[in-house]
Amino acid sequence: MKHLSALLIGLLFGLGLIVSGMVNPAKVLGFLDLFGDWDPSLAFVMGGAVVVTFFGYRWIGRAGKPWFDIKFRFPSATNIDARLVTGAILFGVGWGLVGLCPGPALAAFLINPWALLVFGSGLLGGMVLTNLFFRKNSGA
Amino acid sequence: MHDFVLALLGGLMIGAAAVLLMAAHGKIMGVSGIVSRLLPPMAADWQWRALFVAGVVVSPLLARLFTGEFPIVTITHNPIVLLIAGLIVGIGTVTGNGCTSGHGVCGLPRLSVRSIVATMVFMASAMITVFIIRHL
Repeated sequence: MKHLSALLIGLLFGLGLIVSGMVNPAKVLGFLDLFGDWDPSLAFVMGGAVVVTFFGYRWIGRAGKPWFDIKFRFPSATNIDARLVTGAILFGVGWGLVGLCPGPALAAFLINPWALLVFGSGLLGGMVLTNLFFRKNSGA
Repeated sequence: MHDFVLALLGGLMIGAAAVLLMAAHGKIMGVSGIVSRLLPPMAADWQWRALFVAGVVVSPLLARLFTGEFPIVTITHNPIVLLIAGLIVGIGTVTGNGCTSGHGVCGLPRLSVRSIVATMVFMASAMITVFIIRHL
């Protein structure tokens, strides 16, 4: 059940990306293009998701622990540093270049495998390199 | 259905997935973190990550069962641009510890200052990138 639930939650997330239109990079670029023929509809994706998560997190927080683990693992870091801002700037540039962020890239893979194979190679390669870079620098 | 209604409906589903992942596994639904910890050095708890990723990847097949066709995915960029964009997204999300799902969907409702800053920065950065490409 533990493993099946992760699969089903992934399915629900993927279907949310598909229903909302987030899976289509052309639509995402239309949303990011404030000064062109702006398509504001995707603001409702983030809006709807944030409202559900806002109330949902508070509601489940009353339970002492998750169903399949010993505790809730909410991030504890609070520092705003150059690493956070630099990473966010870079991510935004890559997202703005083609309109793909990691979630939709997974959901679009079977629909447009060749394009996503190329994008995905870059994505996974960039992640591996950055993982290694920070592990080396932190001495871990 | 109207685009706005579908966007809202999809957003509610994404939020529900984020809440369920916390309720069931105690984890933040940040796709970049879930994927990057499947790569070397791989996290010990790789099973739920791999299954979550599998669920997202096969979701278009389920969508096709309902509608009879795959959802529209329009990508017109050449492979070099796709590769570079992927590389920058990979470097940026690991460096900044999150993407649209982790910082946006999960971080904003927690009122995490880090996630609020990161989301404003990557939204602005993406919009500026699109502006430069399309209007300069």
